[in-house]
Amino acid sequence: MARKHVVTTINGDECDFLCESNETLLSVIRNQLRLTGTKEGCSTGDCGACSVILDGRLVCSCLTLAVEAEGKVIDTIEGMSEDGNLHILQRKFIEHAALQCGICTPGFLIAAKALLERNPNPTETEVRYWLAGNLCRCTGYHKIVEAVMDAATELRG
Amino acid sequence: MSDFVAYEDKKLKTIGTRPLRPDGVDKVTGRARYGADINLPGQLYGSVLRSPHAHAKIKSIDVSKAKALTGVKAVITSKDFEDMPSQVIPVGELVANFRDVTRNVMAREKVLYDGHAVAAVAATSETIAKKAINLIKVEYEVLPHVIDVADAMNEDAPLLDENQFTQGEIRVLGGDSTKEPVPDKPSNIAKRLTFVKGDIDSGFKDAHLILERVFATKPVHQGYIEPHASVASYTEDGQVELYTCTQGHFTIRAQCAKLLSMDVSKIKVIPTELGGGFGGKNNVYLEPLAITLSKIARRPVKMVMSRNEVFRASGPSPAGRTYVKLGLNKKGKIIAADAQIDMQSGAFPGTPLGQATITCFTRYDIENVRVIGHDVISNRPKVAAYRAPGAPVAAFGVESVIDEAAKKLSIDPIDIRILNAAKEGTQTYYGVKFPRIGFEETLIKAKQHKNYQIPLKENQGRGVATGFWMNIGMDTTASLNVNDDGTIAVSVGTIDVAGGSRASLAMMVAEEFGIDSDKVRVTTGDTSQLGFNFVTAGSRGTFAGGIVSVLAARDAIEECKLRAAKTWNVKDEEVVWENGFARPASTNVGPFEPLSLSEIARNATRTGGPIAGHCEKNVQGAGPSFGTQIVDVEVDKETGSVKILRHTIVQDAGKAIHPAYVEGQYQGGAVQGIGWALNEEYIYGEDGRLQNPGFLDYRVPVASDVPFIDVEIVEVPNPYHPYGVRGIGEVPIIPPTAAIANAINDAIGVRFETLPLSPPKVLSAIIGN
Amino acid sequence: MIMDFHAPSTIDELSSLLSNSSEKKHLLAGGTDLLVQMQSQIIEPSTVIDIKNISEMMEIKDDVDGFYVGAAVSGMTIIEHQAFSDTWPGVIDGVKLIGSIQIKGRASMGGNLCNASPAADSTPAMIASDAKAIILGSKGKRDMLVEDFILGPGKNILKSDEVLVGIKFPKKRNNSSGAYLRFTPRTEMDIAVAGVGVNISLGDKFQIEHAKVSIGAVAEKALVAEAAAKVLIGKKVDEEVIEKFVSEVRNLARPIDDKRGTVEFRKQVIGVLAKRALNIALERISHG
Repeated sequence: MARKHVVTTINGDECDFLCESNETLLSVIRNQLRLTGTKEGCSTGDCGACSVILDGRLVCSCLTLAVEAEGKVIDTIEGMSEDGNLHILQRKFIEHAALQCGICTPGFLIAAKALLERNPNPTETEVRYWLAGNLCRCTGYHKIVEAVMDAATELRG
Repeated sequence: MSDFVAYEDKKLKTIGTRPLRPDGVDKVTGRARYGADINLPGQLYGSVLRSPHAHAKIKSIDVSKAKALTGVKAVITSKDFEDMPSQVIPVGELVANFRDVTRNVMAREKVLYDGHAVAAVAATSETIAKKAINLIKVEYEVLPHVIDVADAMNEDAPLLDENQFTQGEIRVLGGDSTKEPVPDKPSNIAKRLTFVKGDIDSGFKDAHLILERVFATKPVHQGYIEPHASVASYTEDGQVELYTCTQGHFTIRAQCAKLLSMDVSKIKVIPTELGGGFGGKNNVYLEPLAITLSKIARRPVKMVMSRNEVFRASGPSPAGRTYVKLGLNKKGKIIAADAQIDMQSGAFPGTPLGQATITCFTRYDIENVRVIGHDVISNRPKVAAYRAPGAPVAAFGVESVIDEAAKKLSIDPIDIRILNAAKEGTQTYYGVKFPRIGFEETLIKAKQHKNYQIPLKENQGRGVATGFWMNIGMDTTASLNVNDDGTIAVSVGTIDVAGGSRASLAMMVAEEFGIDSDKVRVTTGDTSQLGFNFVTAGSRGTFAGGIVSVLAARDAIEECKLRAAKTWNVKDEEVVWENGFARPASTNVGPFEPLSLSEIARNATRTGGPIAGHCEKNVQGAGPSFGTQIVDVEVDKETGSVKILRHTIVQDAGKAIHPAYVEGQYQGGAVQGIGWALNEEYIYGEDGRLQNPGFLDYRVPVASDVPFIDVEIVEVPNPYHPYGVRGIGEVPIIPPTAAIANAINDAIGVRFETLPLSPPKVLSAIIGN
Repeated sequence: MIMDFHAPSTIDELSSLLSNSSEKKHLLAGGTDLLVQMQSQIIEPSTVIDIKNISEMMEIKDDVDGFYVGAAVSGMTIIEHQAFSDTWPGVIDGVKLIGSIQIKGRASMGGNLCNASPAADSTPAMIASDAKAIILGSKGKRDMLVEDFILGPGKNILKSDEVLVGIKFPKKRNNSSGAYLRFTPRTEMDIAVAGVGVNISLGDKFQIEHAKVSIGAVAEKALVAEAAAKVLIGKKVDEEVIEKFVSEVRNLARPIDDKRGTVEFRKQVIGVLAKRALNIALERISHG
């Protein structure tokens, strides 16, 4: 069989797909599963627009083979809001005008969520270094950093 | 001046507040659809073969093996495009010559840069398309190449175009514009433009201090995170549907129609959400190829550039060499200014020469000025606009020399600029006499800013620089419909290039009607729905889009008043509009209860039919924008590394419709400027090939490279906009390069005249000292 | 061409895959180098073997004779391993610099080593720590110091039937610590222009008892700066010692000019980094 059958869990739902063994996870989730919220900015792991969570780890889906998803759990931007409510980070990004063109926004949100799950009280410097793998060309990062820190404050209660 | 719309000083309800942006939820949930997110049924995938050479003759192209590959449905080369005579149209801040555009989208006689498109294929999968590309055999005759602008101007430089003779033009203020004699030898210098005001020789003769310096900047890429992407569908009856990520779908349509000799009406361009452009998405690259492939294959064709292709083949910003000479009197008044700006244009002429020369000294009121600009071609991708195109190249030099003069004359760097600042009534050297502007206000507020008072430590320095952009209006369209529940739908031809113009336009319309801005929904119409609308460029989106939206709203409000008059059976002029209601103009009209917008809308069928307003206008009266920035740096004297400690922006917005989005424009533009100053550059090898076509070695700033960017918005209303709006997007990128160089000078006493201010350069200057 | 993909779950399965044909096989740990090369069409592998289902490749063990880190353990897993981080802060300095959080979510120290880039960030720190590469082949296990594992740019010592299973760290010396510093134009997301790993231990009179120094990105591979380390041994660190140390480090560096830096700059900066890394290591010892 030329193509591989892969069974995985995406945003809580079991799903399966057929893929070429050299195909990237990004390509499959965008082009086959039509989860186009995850973006392709560079294909070389340098921009972070394709960030997803793979078994709890923040990774670039452009540098992950789709076949590696077998038996794994994947979270993408499409699964971030719950029960019709935006995640606090999503809400804060809108409130703080932390997005402009928005192409980098899903990657930033996925990365920021991974940060706050590990470090609920990050300093400005910690936020900036954690998010250094996500490029944004519109905002100069100012409002993104503000939004993440404000979301952290609200999440801590 | 009948085309101007006057500023109205009135009490505002919505403008100046910070409602949530209407495109926000789509963007944070991944729903927003960008270029590469569009898919059409039955689509094929296109791929482009690109030149590995900087300069070569194409001797032959053999596509037979590619055509024979299973799954390949179309293969095209320049043979599939008509040759075009020289004909120039404006696209964005720059112009396009179709003789060159057709050669840029597909190389014809020669390849002129590494990455130049040579052939394209459409196939049933991306993998097959890429395989097919590798099966195309191109025979090249490699020619000598030239990359650097100064080298390209040398007499013995390899020529890119043997038929190019410099066109020279001299514009003397108050006099005629004259053409310079055509030289007898061809050169890489396409154009020479000279502005003259007063007499610089006599000015320099009277000067107490004369400074003369030469600067160089590197081309940088706009660096939008979304690569170019287009999906085209060409039907059997010759209709085209084109989805593309662009700043101007109407100009994309115009360019495609021209290049493909099609009727404009046969092409419908649907703009997708735009993942950043900054000037770089005004031009056609993939669009004509996708249409042509689709025409042959009779199936939709999707094309997406890789990041490598974006860097190698889409337009970077122009860069150049700038000579600056200033003459000042003892008090620091500039009495003569001379500059020559040699702008590299890439493979074809058409650098933002006008903008570079016009913006060069224009922040200052100077009696005697001469500015010469050259448009120079070399073996690099054709430049595209990038945020205030041309201005940073000139400003880096001018703002550095002013800083040096201030130091030499022991004047505070802001004071010397206040002394020379252009004001209302200042006569510029390019012809315009300034109306009310806010430059001086930005300088005064900058000087008072708390960040300007913070004491600096060892190896730290503070630099100041300023920026100016004239802004533009141009053709703009809006169509507004009052829905039957009294909410408003506005369709605009202006692309929201990310700044949030959909929100700002909704706010202005809401202000006109006197309703909440969330009752107004602004969307971008496709090219079949509205009249021609110029690209979003030159900071015209909120300014020009605002004027037509306001006028469309007023058009609809007039209609609402007529409907109220009809309902009350009174004369038309006996109804006024206030805060969302039609009211009797006075108590004499009659005891009528005010009619709300929703009541009028509900009854529209009975009073004459649906209520709408529209506006199509060549918008005039763009208000110039000025800004001042203060940068504090710390230099690591052992490694040459420069850290930005504080960055402060004081800029005139005219009126901030949505202050958060104004702040966002300032901050984003400044960080692009920081990148330009410190690390961004195109690095070419000896072979003329680009060595850093990726985000790893093309270093845009990352979050940990920059501090919070402090913003102060100055509001000196533009007299020619109903709410005083000035374009604001361009200016923030202009000051950082010089401000940072000036700050480094303040910290370590070394003055840099070339960019980027990368650690090896800074360190070698420190050690050299 | 269709690429073969395998994901063996035991070392034995892996061994038999490696020895069943002479065809070149690419091992996949984090994939952050392999996939970049595949996407840029630099390589078109016929066989890729994912080693992340093999337990020996994925574990961090604290044995009596020191830590063992599986070759495919991701950077983030290493960074988040408290005991390892406390013991080998210099190695953690290096691992922290292997790309973004996303990259480190997949990239491994083993991959960093096998990829054999002269600028690999974790390698000088491993060398300074006397770490050993554990290699398994059809003829059995062997090990060697990390500095001997790399041969040159992109070249390591592995034979076609061999695989790097993990990295073994020695027992930590008393009163010792380490540091790794690199220079990049940006604060993050960059390739080292120069890098220095230092590991030192102090005697009871604060003299340096043991020192090992490795320099990266200034030669065809990471070098052991033995002459520089010698300057330190038996000495209390003062300005004179540091000056000699720095100058020895610079002498050993033999960098090239490329798009990321010049010879002159790299020589200058490698010395600065060496001094700073030494001071960080000393600081770490004094803070226990």
